[in-house]
Formats: sequence, C-alpha cells, structure tokens
Amino acid sequence: MKIVVPVKRVLDYNVKPRVKADGSGVDLANVKMSMNPFDEIAVEEAVRLKEQGTASEVVVVSVGPAKASETLRSALAMGADRAIHVVSEDEVEPLAVAKILKGVVVDETPDLVILGKQAIDDDSNQVGQMLAALLGRPQGTFASKVEMDGASVLVTREVDGGLETVRLALPAIVTTDLRLNEPRYASLPNIMKAKSKPLAAKAPADYGVDITPRLKVLQVKEPAQRSAGIKIADVDALIGKLKELGVA
Amino acid sequence: MTVLVWAEHNGVALKDATLNAVTAAAQLGAVHVLVAGFGVDSVAAQAAQIAGVEKVLVADDAAYAHGLAENIAPLVVAVMADHDAFVATATTTGKNIAPRVAALLDVAQLSEILSVEGPKTFTRPIYAGNAIATVESSDAKLVITARGTAFAKAEATGGSAVIETVSGAGESGLSSFIGAELAKSERPELTSAKIIVSGGRALKDADTFAATILPLADKLGAAVGASRAAVDAGYVSNDYQVGQTGKIVAPEVYVAVGISGAIQHLAGMKDSKTIIAINKDEDAPIFQVADFGLVADLYTAVPELTGKL
Ligand SMILES: Cc1cc2nc3c(=O)[nH]c(=O)nc-3n(C[C@H](O)[C@H](O)[C@H](O)COP(=O)(O)OP(=O)(O)OC[C@H]3O[C@@H](n4cnc5c(N)ncnc54)[C@H](O)[C@@H]3O)c2cc1C
Repeated sequence: MKIVVPVKRVLDYNVKPRVKADGSGVDLANVKMSMNPFDEIAVEEAVRLKEQGTASEVVVVSVGPAKASETLRSALAMGADRAIHVVSEDEVEPLAVAKILKGVVVDETPDLVILGKQAIDDDSNQVGQMLAALLGRPQGTFASKVEMDGASVLVTREVDGGLETVRLALPAIVTTDLRLNEPRYASLPNIMKAKSKPLAAKAPADYGVDITPRLKVLQVKEPAQRSAGIKIADVDALIGKLKELGVA
Repeated sequence: MTVLVWAEHNGVALKDATLNAVTAAAQLGAVHVLVAGFGVDSVAAQAAQIAGVEKVLVADDAAYAHGLAENIAPLVVAVMADHDAFVATATTTGKNIAPRVAALLDVAQLSEILSVEGPKTFTRPIYAGNAIATVESSDAKLVITARGTAFAKAEATGGSAVIETVSGAGESGLSSFIGAELAKSERPELTSAKIIVSGGRALKDADTFAATILPLADKLGAAVGASRAAVDAGYVSNDYQVGQTGKIVAPEVYVAVGISGAIQHLAGMKDSKTIIAINKDEDAPIFQVADFGLVADLYTAVPELTGKL
C-alpha cells in the first residue's frame, strides 16, 4: 500500500504574525518557517502505517517555493521514502493545489492520501476535500483515528458534537486533526539519511494546471486590538465585576 | 443574486448555525435554504419560518441522513445550477461539504468570512485571526463558509417560505456512516452560550477539571470550554476545544481558568464581550486581552468564587 502525504511550508506556529505596513500581506521575511503542524501529524500517521507493515511506501509532496524543499527534507527525516516538489514562487490557491495533487495521485496511484486539515497560515481548510472531489473519491476529514480494514478505511472524525466514524472505500482521502497522533522529532542520523533520499522537482505546468489566482487580495490589515484591562485584587472584587456584568 | 443556504440540523430540528448563514446570505441576495436529510419534514417546516427566506428546497433520501459529503456535494452542485452562491456556516459539517462543492463547481472557496463588503468582496481571518484579509472573487459562482459569531442570527420565525422538493443522485457508494459518540449535556451549547467557563492545562486531570470547573459553570449557568492542552491530556473531549482549530466563540462573558493565552487559543475567544482570566502567573499572555484579571492560584480562587456566588 502506498501513501501520499502533501505538506506545506508555513510561518512557524510559535511566531506572532506581523502585518506588512503597506497592507499587502503578512511579513515572512527573516522569520522562522516550519512544516504546517497538521501536516506533521499526517506524515507521522503515514510513517506509523509503514512501520506497522501496513504501508510499503510514503511519498511526500509539496507545492511551494524553492525553500519548501527544506520542509520535504524534514518529512523525509521523519521517515517518508521520497519527495516530489512542485515548485512555484507564486502563491498557489487551495483549488489549484488540489488540481496539482490530483495530477500527483494519478501518477502515483496511492491507496491513501493523508493531508493536514488546514494550513495555519491561510486557515482555509479546503485542499483535502477539494482533492477528494476532483478524484471522485471519499473523504474522512478531521481524523482522530485511522484504521485500515481490508479494502476500506475506518476514520473517526472530530465533529462539533463529539466524534463520528465513517467507512471509506479505498483509495481515500484523510485529513488530520490534532488528536490523531503526536509527531516524532527526527533523529540526527535520520536527518542525515534524508539528505540522500530522492526528491523530484516538478512544475505546475507538468500537471497541466493553471495557477492563476481566482481570489484577489485587496488588503490585509491587523484585527481590532483588544487592550489589556485591569487586574482585580481578589475574589470579592471579581464577584463585584460579575454582578456589574449582570451574570451573578 | 439567489443564494443557497445549507441547513444545519440533526434530523429532527434545525440548528441555530443555519440562522447565522441566512443573515450572511441575505446580504448577498434572495435566500433559499436547502434541507437535505431523511424524514426531514419538520426541519423543512421550521426552515420555512425563518424570516427572510423565500424558498425551502427539501432533498429527502436515506443517502442524505448522515450528511456524508460524498452524497451531499453532488446534490448541492445540481441545485446550484439555479443559484449564484452557496453559503454554509463554518461548522464541521459546513467545512466538510463546502470545499467539495467548490471543487466540483471549479470555483475558489471563501472560508470563514467575517463580513460581506460587496457582491464578490468579503473579509476573512488568516493566521489565526492575527490578520484580516479583504478578498474579491473572480468566479461566476460563490462558495462561502461564514463564521457563525460574525453574523447575528436571523429571526427563527415570521417567514413563510414555499417548500419544494429536489432530488440528487443519492447514494454514491463511496462512504458509509458507522456511528457517532455525541456529547450529551444539559449545559448551553458552546458556540451560542452567553457565558463560558474554560479550563486549561492547569486543571491536572479529568476529575480535577470536573470538580473545579463544573461547579463554577453550574453557578453561572455557563457552557464549558477548554484549551487544546486540556483536550489533548484527556481532561475533556474534543468538542470542548476553543481556538483557531477548535470552536470559535464570542459570549458575553468568557472566564479563562489556568489558560496561558497562546495565539491559537486567543483566536477562538478574543471576540468575547468581556474576558476574565484567573491565572497564577501575572505575566501570562491571557492578561493582555483580559478585561479583568485575577492573579491567583485557581485552586483557592475558584472554590472561593463558586462558594460565594
Ligand atoms: C496547529 C496548532 C493548533 C492549535 N490549536 C489550538 C486551539 O484551537 N485551541 C487552543 O487552546 N490551543 C491550540 N493550540 C495549542 C496552543 O499553542 C497552546 O499550546 C495551548 O493553548 C496551551 O493550553 P493551556 O493554556 O491550557 O496550557 P499552558 O500554556 O501550559 O498554560 C497553563 C497556564 O495555567 C497556569 N497555571 C498553572 N497552574 C495554575 C494554578 N494552580 N492556578 C492558576 N493558574 C495556573 C500557568 O501559569 C499557565 O499560564 C494549537 C497549537 C498548534 C500547534
């Protein structure tokens, strides 16, 4: 069984995003970039399936700028076997990413594609569902548990009301939620080993995909700021505030 | 413009999230509501009463009973032939279905819009709400998810929409529903509660969380939330998580107990009207957004507070 895992290079989750003064976007110059945390969970899940003997090969793919190759190397260091880098210095919207990934899936014919449920930069939460639609395959979004079961996969999903389990015919698309697993840190020997794993460079045009944006960003601005309020002395003062608010 | 709104329901009753989507849709054009499910006459009747809704379209089929995106998306696409935009509230159901619809229609989706600025222009949060983007679509049709807390609820009654039936391809054969473990609680629902008490990692374990947070929530008639750390550690289940990748809430009063205030948590609650924080670390980032901060050990402050209320 082969698994494809798409990964995205994003602003590290520990870095506070700063809006550029000209309102054109968020400043990504000289800030720490990392693999999208949900994608790390996706890589971890695929690598575990390989370690259990369920999967035979894990292929990671990233659509992004030259530097996204670093993100692919991190995924290889976690245990993926090879990487495909679809290079684009221009921003690629979720729909176009899904179209490129469809091309990759057609080439690779995996049984499972595991993606992060959302990238923490644009917070779109779209690519997995779009890929499933374009392929005409089932989707198990927001997964907290993935169990292979013959020609199908059982996916437990984190939904607003609790948990839900669905059975999907393979090949299937799964998107990860936070509780699926805890991603490993790559060991130094594995980081070294990753340097010699195969990484193929491609272009969106290789998959016949037009990446012209459909959405025009007119402006990016900071949200209304909340100012810090006051410190209150003790519980009695807090009760006073709750009374003023009409809730106690 | 004619807008198709996704009706969120549990098979028996309409959920409030539908009312937020109707408000967003009404800012774009005439509102039709799609009720997809199995044996959903009562839901359709309820949808027909929402103020401002012109038409309710009902798709009644066993294939639509559990909201499986594989079955629902082709239905929505068929109905979209006569509509210009699709709007769902950004619940886990809306987020599951809308992108599948968008891809089948070959349009870009606008996720979690906060406002309608023009017929094709919207604002939406990016980077956990640390930036707000104004975006304009160039697609012929729009597919939108709307952040519930950004749009007031439409009036649930007062309307008298016509009800028509529609049908789609039904069962896709790609997926099946196995079961659900839905949380049952007498407490108000997190996303529509007036008051929320949330607990963080400092609550130690499930028993301590329950013994500390629940009595305070009961006294205040509050819903209960949690940080990711509290959910990951198993103090409470995933449906309690407030934040960038959990639920977005905006109650009148949000009480954060033993929560540090990471940007991912703030993303889910910083639009609350009043924020109260109880934390023993006076430098905790939560105090930068709290209207009222109490620097104290929660294990003395919370029982005292609960006792005196
Ligand atoms: C991809 C991604 C998505 C995420 N999504 C979310 C999300 O949706 N929601 C979310 O909440 N987080 C999310 N996080 C996690 C987030 O970054 C933080 O790790 C998390 O919010 C921390 O939870 P916490 O405040 O409970 O724990 P901590 O940061 O450990 O804070 C505990 C606080 O309790 C205080 N404390 C300890 N003991 C006491 C005591 N006796 N009395 C009073 N105070 C005490 C401490 O001073 C501290 O401030 C996400 C992270 C990532 C990477």
